[in-house]
Amino acid sequence: MDYVIEMNNITKRFGDFKAVDDVTLKVERGEIHALLGENGAGKSTLMSVLFGLYTPEAGEIIIDKKKVKINNPNDANDLGIGMVHQHFKLVHNFTVLESIVLGKEDTINGFLKMDEARKKVEKLSDRYKLKIDSDAYISDITVGMQQRVEILKMLYRDNDILIFDEPTAVLTQQEIEELMKIMRELTEEGKSIIFITHKLNEIKEAADRCTVLRKGKYIGTVDVKTTSKEQMSEMMVGRKVSFIIEKSDVKNLSPVLEVKNMTITNKFTKKSVVKNVSFDVKKGEILCIAGIDGNGQSELVQGITGLMAINSGHIFLNGKDITKKSIRHKCIEGIAHIPEDRQRYGLVLDYSLKENAVLQTYYQQRFQKNGIIKFDAVRDYAKKLISQYDIRSSQGEDSIVRGMSGGNQQKLIVAREIDRNPEIVIAVQPTRGLDVGAIEYIHHQLLSQREDGKAVLLVSFDLDEVMNVSDRILVMFEGEIVGDLNPKSTTVQELGLYMSGSKRSDSYESKSKA
Amino acid sequence: MKAKAKLNLINSAWGVSFLSAVMAIAIGLLFGLVILLVSNASEALSGFAAIIQGGFADGAKGIGDVLYNATPIIMTGLSVGFAFKTGLFNIGSSGQFTMGAFAAVYVGIKWTFLSGSSHWIVALLAACIAGALWGLLPGILKAVANVHEVISSIMMNYIGMYFVNMLIVSNIHDKIKNQSLPVLKSAIIPKAGLDKIFGSQNINIGILIAVLMVVIIYFLINKTTFGYELKACGYSKDASKYAGINARRNIILSMVIAGALSGLGGGLLYLAGSGKYLQVVDILAPQGFNGISVALLGMSNPIGILFAGLFIAHITVGGVNLQLYSFAPEVIDIIIAAIIYCGAFALLFKNIIFKFSKKKVKEDESI
Repeated sequence: MDYVIEMNNITKRFGDFKAVDDVTLKVERGEIHALLGENGAGKSTLMSVLFGLYTPEAGEIIIDKKKVKINNPNDANDLGIGMVHQHFKLVHNFTVLESIVLGKEDTINGFLKMDEARKKVEKLSDRYKLKIDSDAYISDITVGMQQRVEILKMLYRDNDILIFDEPTAVLTQQEIEELMKIMRELTEEGKSIIFITHKLNEIKEAADRCTVLRKGKYIGTVDVKTTSKEQMSEMMVGRKVSFIIEKSDVKNLSPVLEVKNMTITNKFTKKSVVKNVSFDVKKGEILCIAGIDGNGQSELVQGITGLMAINSGHIFLNGKDITKKSIRHKCIEGIAHIPEDRQRYGLVLDYSLKENAVLQTYYQQRFQKNGIIKFDAVRDYAKKLISQYDIRSSQGEDSIVRGMSGGNQQKLIVAREIDRNPEIVIAVQPTRGLDVGAIEYIHHQLLSQREDGKAVLLVSFDLDEVMNVSDRILVMFEGEIVGDLNPKSTTVQELGLYMSGSKRSDSYESKSKA
Repeated sequence: MKAKAKLNLINSAWGVSFLSAVMAIAIGLLFGLVILLVSNASEALSGFAAIIQGGFADGAKGIGDVLYNATPIIMTGLSVGFAFKTGLFNIGSSGQFTMGAFAAVYVGIKWTFLSGSSHWIVALLAACIAGALWGLLPGILKAVANVHEVISSIMMNYIGMYFVNMLIVSNIHDKIKNQSLPVLKSAIIPKAGLDKIFGSQNINIGILIAVLMVVIIYFLINKTTFGYELKACGYSKDASKYAGINARRNIILSMVIAGALSGLGGGLLYLAGSGKYLQVVDILAPQGFNGISVALLGMSNPIGILFAGLFIAHITVGGVNLQLYSFAPEVIDIIIAAIIYCGAFALLFKNIIFKFSKKKVKEDESI
């Protein structure tokens, strides 16, 4: 076989812990090779070894049939390995052309030779059908185009081996389809692609072969065409995972949370980020707000919870106007909030697990007397949460939260919020960055809230999550709600059209004004 | 993961703090030794021994002097350390200290109607209130207008210094010596026999008050809901906002308490009856800045601050003895400054030790 990369029997140890244990990855020339695994499976470590960020304890790397030693990312670059990171590394006030050239500028006597660079970039852009606007500023172009800029950066550096690290996380369905097409074009031109992901649909659609890792170990390499999604997911998780979430119909229809004509204006730009938004969430309902990141969802939620001041509009909880109430008051009235940025808002990272467990309840009679915290009660409560919600950490309730894994940090927040027995759970991106097991767990918790007749407001950018979990979908675009959809009667493609602003449901418009 | 649970010196938070403080002291002392060697190599080692011996060289009297010197800087250290816990850098300790000192001396001289046993207590309370007031203003500015407390409290230092100079001259001025008048006997803090035990005229129950404050602040920070809120605000402003904690109120209260502690420090020093008077000079009270070093060296932990304060006082007394070995008295200040300087690096050392010990764990989780 004509392998462009062979990573043979790679082992990377951190202390006693084998992050990558005897893993072999062979990528053929001109193929899209998916690297599949849960968080912590060793995908990133393996790629870091390939990129020269870590030196493996054992194993060899063969590139173009030559055994190589990659000591740092510059070596990797010289060998033609390029990477598109999950979070783009672009300068916002540079033009597209400047961003592509940055770091590899050609000069005459210290002056930039931009004309030649422009020609080269345009040639590449034509050849690979990567549509860009060379003179637009990065801050003005869409996420999809930013990604194309990142790809062009690699091509400009004549990289032949392209690593895509979860490239679809930030894209709409249409953009994802476009990306898949681009990836195929690239491989037809002789480039080889390593595609890191844990989304099986995308692997099925784009990849030729797939290598699966689990807990640092090599599980196998399969041919994507002849392997089913279920088989791949079983390889990844080590057990059968159900993709379909069973749930009963919505029974009770009295609204828990009502938002009326909410508008939020950015203090500095004076631009409305949330425009006259009205909706309600009913008992026993999971209402999902879908949309591309940055279309006002975060602000909407912060407006409801009180983290951000709203300019106009009203919020009702069980019929009571809570618009002007404090965060503490909203908390007591029964709003639970699983925040988008769990490390910034959801947890005091330098506090221990037990101290974080009582973050909103420390002042209650059960945890304090005359202003003195009853640490025994706090400890018992934390122990209860740990066992009930299966939160894992090295030192139990005394673990400092900063040292806990992302999944367990999130579990702690979910446990704390749900255990407060709220009227409504507002969850923003609750499964972002978590592995399949933790995602399943959090979905299960949200569904059990729904079964108990509580309301759930879920903000998510992940369309699979939106389609699977929700009872009703509202789509936000540029601060407005542009669609009210039923997940049973809509498709991911249609949702994508709403999310990108190319479609708008008139019915919802009239309803919101009424 | 199990290995992380092992509780040894490097892995416990306390151990890391302690080790880094020891590192700071060791490097500071080493630097001092180099200076001694450069200035007079033959006497350097005996001089160095004098520093290390500190207060112990003079028997009980030396220890008494250490305790006396430690009292004000423990208070300013507590003040700075307490504000640190709330995420505030109280660089205004000096001004609060000066205001407290003036208020105590003023009450000690003018409020003659209080000539009973309560006089010194009232004077100390006045010191607390004056210091608290000087902390209140930067606190309000920070909470309401988001004015950075470093800038506003530095300004308050100068306002306090000149204001006190003005008040001394117009109220309690000893024109011949250009300093404050002596306070009444009843306003001097009782010695409760400590002077006899230690054979030192300087010592009084001020050190016990300082220790009491250490205990109170320790309790406040670690055991109360108020302390829980303050620390949450200090660690993460956003998370405490999310939790519904009133950050504004806590910022103001934290600065008020910090100010009161510094003010009390000023009162304790100038009511000690040790022959110290408020001078009319344009110099910021150094105790305020020493407090920053003490807080850093003590890792903002009240117990740590107690020992850091004692240590700084210990080498200060040792520095006096250094003159016996014919070193210029300025050498002493340089050495103390070097140690205090390294005290400022205590945080850096802490991070280095922390990173070193956590490296493995971090890598485990980065996969």
